[in-house]
Parts: sequence; C-alpha cells; structure tokens
Amino acid sequence: MVKHVVGAHYGLRDWLVQRVTALLMAVYIAVFVGILLICPPQHYGEWRGLFESQPMRIATLLFFVSLFWHAWIGMRDILMDYIKPTSVRFGLEILVVVLLAGYAGWAIQILWSLG
Amino acid sequence: MIASRRPKFLDLSKIRLPVPGLVSILHRISGAALFLFAGVLLYLFQESLATPDSYVRFRDLADHWLAKLFLIGMLWAFLHHFFAGLRYLLLDVDIGTELRTTRAMSRGVLGVSLVLTIVLGICLW
Repeated sequence: MVKHVVGAHYGLRDWLVQRVTALLMAVYIAVFVGILLICPPQHYGEWRGLFESQPMRIATLLFFVSLFWHAWIGMRDILMDYIKPTSVRFGLEILVVVLLAGYAGWAIQILWSLG
Repeated sequence: MIASRRPKFLDLSKIRLPVPGLVSILHRISGAALFLFAGVLLYLFQESLATPDSYVRFRDLADHWLAKLFLIGMLWAFLHHFFAGLRYLLLDVDIGTELRTTRAMSRGVLGVSLVLTIVLGICLW
C-alpha cells in the first residue's frame, strides 16, 4: 500500500518566492548602487529627489515588499528549526508577520509622503 | 541497525565546520540580524528623507561613533547575506557544485564581504 505523505504543500512555492524576491532585490540594489556611483547625491535635495519620481517610488516599493516577504520566509524557517513548542512558535510567527506587515505600511507612508 | 552503532559526536564547540558550512550559518545569522534591526534602518531611512530638518538630525545621529559601529555591522550583515545569497542562486543552476569550486566560492564570499565592509567602513568613518 502506498503511504501518502501529507503536508501543507507550501514548500516549493516558498522556495521559489525566496529566490524571485532575492533576484528582484539584487537587481534593484545593483541599479541603486550604480546611480550612487555615477551621480552621488551631494545634499538633501538631491537625495530626496532620487525617490520623488513615480517609477523610482514603485521600484523602491517593490524592493521593500520583496524584502519583507523574503524576511518572512527566512524568519519562519529559523523559527521552525529552533522553537519546538508549537504555541511559542506560533506566537512568534504572528509577531513576525505583524511586524513585517507594519514595516510594509510604514515604507509606503515614507515613500508617498514625499512631495 | 547499522545507524545506531554509528559514533555520535555532537559537541558543537569541537566540530570543525567546513567553509561552506560557515558561510551557511553566517547567512542565517546575518539574515536574522537584518530582520531584528530592520525597524531601526527603516527609521533612519525615514529621517534621511522626510524633511531638511530630519535630514540634519539623521546626519548628526549617523556621525556618532556608536551609530557608525552599528551601521558598519549592518553593512557586513547585508554584504555577507547578499554575496552568500548570490552563491546560492548559482548553486540552484548547478554552478559551483564541485567540492573545489564550492570551497573557493565560499572563501570568496567570506573574503569579498569582509574586505568590502572594511573598505566602505573606512570611507564612512
């Protein structure tokens, strides 16, 4: 008789998300470092100006969303490895999710409160 | 059972971790550190952008030696996580899976992130 292995089946999707978000962030970081090297912002106005255009704002938002989604999967993996009591782990997982969702909202507020 | 007769040696302080293992555990530690301090970094980002006054506050804060030490620590965590992550992406497409190359690339990850941290750290100080 075939024994069926039952699981939540999110493993492969999270594996893929971890890599796609990593690639998106790597591309953003490479472009951003390139901008800083070619024309380093000399004062507040230029630094702020970097994030004022709509495409840059969207790209930066995409970076932050990737970052927080990536961090969620990483932190969940760490908690699964080291925190054995289910209730404690569940509590910490909720804390991580709430924190990261809050950071995402905060990042939107930072970017869209610029002029 | 053959498995049960195998010697157990799990003294973590005495196990010599191979270089890729060291890169791996540091990838985990640096990722956790970046998560733990993400709120502080986001706050600094906000201060640097919000208003000319908050920008000045940000510059003054970042000028403190303790803040610089913290930022250089975060810089290392980021650089190590970044380069180790790139190596994992290469491993996914079967680049660097030979023992010799995987060791060389692991040393490269450790070295490049350390050297870049020191060079950028000196520039920022």
